[in-house]
Amino acid sequence: MPQALEGSQAIARAVALCQPQVVAAYPITPQTHIVEHIASLVADGRLRCELVSVESEFSAASVVLGAACAGSRAYTATASQGILLMSEVLFNISGLRVPLVMTCANRAVSAPLSIWNDQQDSMAVRDAGWIQLYCADNQEAVDTTIQAFRIAERCELPVMVCVDGFTLTHTLEPLELPSQDMVDGFLPPYRFVRALDPLAPISMGTLVGPEYFTEVRQMHHEALLAAEKEIVAAAADWSAACGRELAPLVRADGPPEARIGILTLGSVFGTLQDARERFADTPVRLLHLRSFRPFPVEALRAACQGLSELVVLERALAPGADGIVGTEVRSALMGIDGAPRVHNFAVGLGGRDVPLSIYPRLLAAIHEPHPRMGTIDIDPRYLPPKARATGETPP
Amino acid sequence: MTTETLHDLRGDQPRFQGLEAGHRACQGCGQALAARLTLEAAGPDVVLANATGCLEVFTTAWPDSAWRVPWLHSLFANAASVAAGMEAALKMQGRDVKVIALAGDGGTFDIGFQALSGMLERGHNVLFVCYDNEGYMNTGVQRSSSTPHAAATTTSPAGVARIGKRHLKKDILSIVAAHHIPYAATASVAYPTDLRKKVRRAIQVDGPSFLQVHAPCPLGWGHGGELSIEVARLAVQTGLFPLIELERDVLIGAMPIRRVRGIKDYLRPQGRFRHLFADDPRAREELAHLQALADHNIEVYGLRGDRPDTLDSEGADTVHRGGRHFA
Ligand SMILES: Cc1ncc(C[n+]2csc(CCOP(=O)(O)OP(=O)(O)O)c2C)c(N)n1
Ligand code: SF4
Ligand SMILES: [Mg+2]
Repeated sequence: MPQALEGSQAIARAVALCQPQVVAAYPITPQTHIVEHIASLVADGRLRCELVSVESEFSAASVVLGAACAGSRAYTATASQGILLMSEVLFNISGLRVPLVMTCANRAVSAPLSIWNDQQDSMAVRDAGWIQLYCADNQEAVDTTIQAFRIAERCELPVMVCVDGFTLTHTLEPLELPSQDMVDGFLPPYRFVRALDPLAPISMGTLVGPEYFTEVRQMHHEALLAAEKEIVAAAADWSAACGRELAPLVRADGPPEARIGILTLGSVFGTLQDARERFADTPVRLLHLRSFRPFPVEALRAACQGLSELVVLERALAPGADGIVGTEVRSALMGIDGAPRVHNFAVGLGGRDVPLSIYPRLLAAIHEPHPRMGTIDIDPRYLPPKARATGETPP
Repeated sequence: MTTETLHDLRGDQPRFQGLEAGHRACQGCGQALAARLTLEAAGPDVVLANATGCLEVFTTAWPDSAWRVPWLHSLFANAASVAAGMEAALKMQGRDVKVIALAGDGGTFDIGFQALSGMLERGHNVLFVCYDNEGYMNTGVQRSSSTPHAAATTTSPAGVARIGKRHLKKDILSIVAAHHIPYAATASVAYPTDLRKKVRRAIQVDGPSFLQVHAPCPLGWGHGGELSIEVARLAVQTGLFPLIELERDVLIGAMPIRRVRGIKDYLRPQGRFRHLFADDPRAREELAHLQALADHNIEVYGLRGDRPDTLDSEGADTVHRGGRHFA
């Protein structure tokens, strides 16, 4: 039966259903509600776990690393500055091939200081060697959180579940929470074969010289590519259990005859769905890139079949370069017959609202003869006079 | 007693070797010896979290490892937090395994300081052992906040305008003890029996405990590897490195010194203090300064004793524990 829950509360309940033995976190907006809810579940005896309220995100990531290596399922959550403070540990966790789940309540990165949503934080650590799954809505956040533990533990890779701060974390939506039996049937108890044990001592995190380093990195790379299969399997099995349709890698929504596609990650997908209903005159296929790491090249190509124009929306900037997602999409589509032209825009940075009216502007932008990366929702009034002339103006 | 019987007696005393021979430490490395002694006393039911530093590097180079106990190296700054996570997990699993964090002075006094403080404050059942060789040795002997005043390192060289490190050695033990943890102590590789005893005591604590082990680095300190024990002993006998124990920030024991040595005896064999023996008024001033620091330690910890000095590991067991606060 659907219930109305705040995104953070729903995520906390989903985490609790997975019964982590150790949770460590440090508060940061907009992640705070998740950890507060977990704390109250622990306080009420509804979740039996060690909640370690650490002194920094750097330690939060380090605590869950230690806990997972000592043989316990562990979970953490953070955002923005917290992701950056963790970044050294994030690379370390994945390099050690430690299964962990973390929620990233996506938020802009300072400066300028902003507590509001974009995806600069998770994009900044896109090459940290974690699986990154983006959620379009809170039901997906619940389902993805549960799947994430199984994916992580089967692949011996950490999974970052990315949910847009405020837009999802602080929004009440009707959603289904699974039963404990359902989760138990899907997610076996935590088992880490390399767990540290005095009866079978191993050394982890040793120095690796140039004679082995490349091979270790290559194995990590291949493990991420191979994780695609587990992401697909987890979605299929969870879908069978909960009865909800789930697209594991790329969700394509729209008519097969559509020539125009718009691709995004996260909650903007819902906005675009609403907008398409409002401006129904052109057939448009909406794509949600759920799995950004591993980057699902084949699934993306299949989802783009028949498109001649593809608009890629970024929720982050790579200053001085092309779009982050756009570049990867372009590279994935390169060389295939009838690949669509890729138009690339940043939108909704630092919590700027993404209104329905963005939709017709995106459709208009595809007529640009030489598509280049730009920020589509710039307000020229707030640029200094000189930049007003050269700044990317809305098409 | 013949050599033969002595040998037999030793054979009868099985010692657990958590850190095997064959690692790549320099000859006379104090830290290598100190880590071996720590593991001997701790026994096999431990899990280790090792910070980046010499110890981590010289004990493991894939595919070799000198460790016979479960060991994890994550990063330079996070040994205390990784250990805290291990402890939380093992506690939830209901397992009786002691978690020990190992770090150099850099991983303790400096970059690992915040994580250490957090772990202590949260009361994790973790023993944190700092191998204090008074500098960043793994990266080529740079100054740390543990480097003694006036010592030369590659980032605090002595020259016409500078006399070595300008600042004081951070009093980490007092800072750690100020967390009011159940047990905090200093130890030295020159007193192995005392060191083992302190490890055993720290292990038994149900909560955070801390050991700062003075561990000479022949490479960084500029003395022969064969002098490591001698140099470490002189640090204690001059009062520059007092061996003390604190429970919840209260001094409960100090190793007394009967014949206090002048600091020059300690400084002279070490290249890092060579510039202090130049005919230079600044050098004389710094020598006086260092002597004052040693005298201060002797005074505040009540180190002057009237029993025979402890000279070796056998004697250290019979050490009279006392000190002014204890009396
Ligand atoms: C974040 C970070 N900064 C710097 C380093 C480089 N580094 C590695 S070990 C080390 C010094 C270690 O000093 P200490 O903790 O005293 O251990 P020692 O080698 O002296 O035993 C440094 C600076 C690093 N590994 N990580
Ligand atoms: S440099 Fe110093 S601490 Fe490092 S291995 Fe050599 S003697 Fe030991
Ligand atoms: Mg050091």
